[in-house]
Amino acid sequence: MDVSLHDSALENAKRDAWSRPLDSYDMSNPDYYQNDTYFPYFDRLRAEAPVHYTRDSIYGPFWNVVRYKDIMAVETNHQVFSSEIGGIQVEDQPKNLARPSFIRMDPPKHDEQRKVVSPIVAPQNLLNMEPLIRERTQNLLAGLPRGEKFDWVENVSVPLTTMMLATLFDFPFEERAQLTYWSDVAIANVRDPLSPVKSEEERFDELKKMAERMSALYNERQKQAPKFDLLSMLAHGAATRDMPLKEFMGNLALLIVGGNDTTRNSMTGGLKALAENPDEYRKLRENPGLVDKLVPEVIRWVTPVIHMRRTASQDIEFGGQQIKAGDKVVYWYVSGNRDPEAIEEPNRFIIDRARPRQHLSFGFGIHRCVGNRLAELQLKILWEEILARFPMIEVTSGTERIYSNFIHGIRSMKVRIPA
Amino acid sequence: MPNVTYIEHNGTAHAVDVPVGTSVMQGAVDNNIPGIDADCGGECACATCHVYIEPEWEALVGKPAEGGMEASMLSFAAATQENSRLSCQIEMRAELDGLVVRMPDGQH
Repeated sequence: MDVSLHDSALENAKRDAWSRPLDSYDMSNPDYYQNDTYFPYFDRLRAEAPVHYTRDSIYGPFWNVVRYKDIMAVETNHQVFSSEIGGIQVEDQPKNLARPSFIRMDPPKHDEQRKVVSPIVAPQNLLNMEPLIRERTQNLLAGLPRGEKFDWVENVSVPLTTMMLATLFDFPFEERAQLTYWSDVAIANVRDPLSPVKSEEERFDELKKMAERMSALYNERQKQAPKFDLLSMLAHGAATRDMPLKEFMGNLALLIVGGNDTTRNSMTGGLKALAENPDEYRKLRENPGLVDKLVPEVIRWVTPVIHMRRTASQDIEFGGQQIKAGDKVVYWYVSGNRDPEAIEEPNRFIIDRARPRQHLSFGFGIHRCVGNRLAELQLKILWEEILARFPMIEVTSGTERIYSNFIHGIRSMKVRIPA
Repeated sequence: MPNVTYIEHNGTAHAVDVPVGTSVMQGAVDNNIPGIDADCGGECACATCHVYIEPEWEALVGKPAEGGMEASMLSFAAATQENSRLSCQIEMRAELDGLVVRMPDGQH
């Protein structure tokens, strides 16, 4: 959206947020995130109704949890707040098309499957991957046009994250665009006119094609000695080698989306944030050593995952409200990351915060993002290489966002690197 | 005030005073000692304050409670050993004066 248009949309949202009855709040409407007008609604919820019940939405009724501390409390109480009973998004997967994956499981199965894949993003392996990531980033940046407008998403964020995914899966490099396509299919809101799939059945069919292509590779890896890629690890892991088709589809989609979308949008959103905060951009250029602190601040600021959902496995009193067994509990990272009780001056983008890592974007507890350190490494390398090469990158357009209440995705953002 | 020595993975040692009642994690953070990230700020919810307890201190420091959150979070951390702990769950007390902990090669 255009910047001045967005300012007036935000003014309208402020008036609306503070005047409409709280009973009528439905933060599952993707319009709020596509237009970036959600802030004042969550400001009011945090102040007046931090555990709030939405009676009516197209996804049925659900609880909203909006404060940083309360979100932490939900995420660390997986005995009560289950990922397995109803999944992790406000929108249920249709029962006959449900695709289990370890993010949608509780212990013990969650733990067993997560441990199969987590070594790929352990510190030692990140050290091994760093030179490759840096070389690819350098080559890509060296080939960018100078003095003309181009799309940062299409030319930087997507190619870098797609190459990374191909490496993680040891997927045929020349076919790697498929990985990004499947990621988009997995998270698309089927009501989005630009969605690659228009129904849940179509989504299922496309992800089944993904599973077919992947299972050919998986079967080869199963016959080979174990090696350090996700498909080989799944093929040899005791907890994953005999997965039913739907679970294979679910876990693949999880690993692809997890390794792709979040980092892609942070790569774009970080540049947007710096362009909108020229003093911070200047600070960074004058002191490139700030990249280590910039990266977590970008991840907080962007908050690539908008919400997560749990389902109460038993009755519980929470934040003064009576939550019943079976209730949907939706917690909003986009709100917790702007909670002034947890983060000083949360609505300012500050690249040298004292404790920049204290944000909710990766989640906490047993489902905390397994690839968090890899995401940070990719972003760190990108910014180190940008600063070494370009004195300035100008953002010449607003951002076009996807229609989603789950992933805060940026579809395109035009930029120009002065010649 | 009791003293704690934190040894980075590269061998650099930092000896600092940590007040009784403060966590070993907080002691590192307050003194800007690298190698302990503590993303969750001490809620036992991220496992990025993982340390190894030097053998002579293991008995006094103790193990994570079986089946508890610390054990669960530690089970997802990389390069854990028998003497692994999350340092946010170790509260300083007088008899831990002289405690030595080592850092892993990275927090995950």
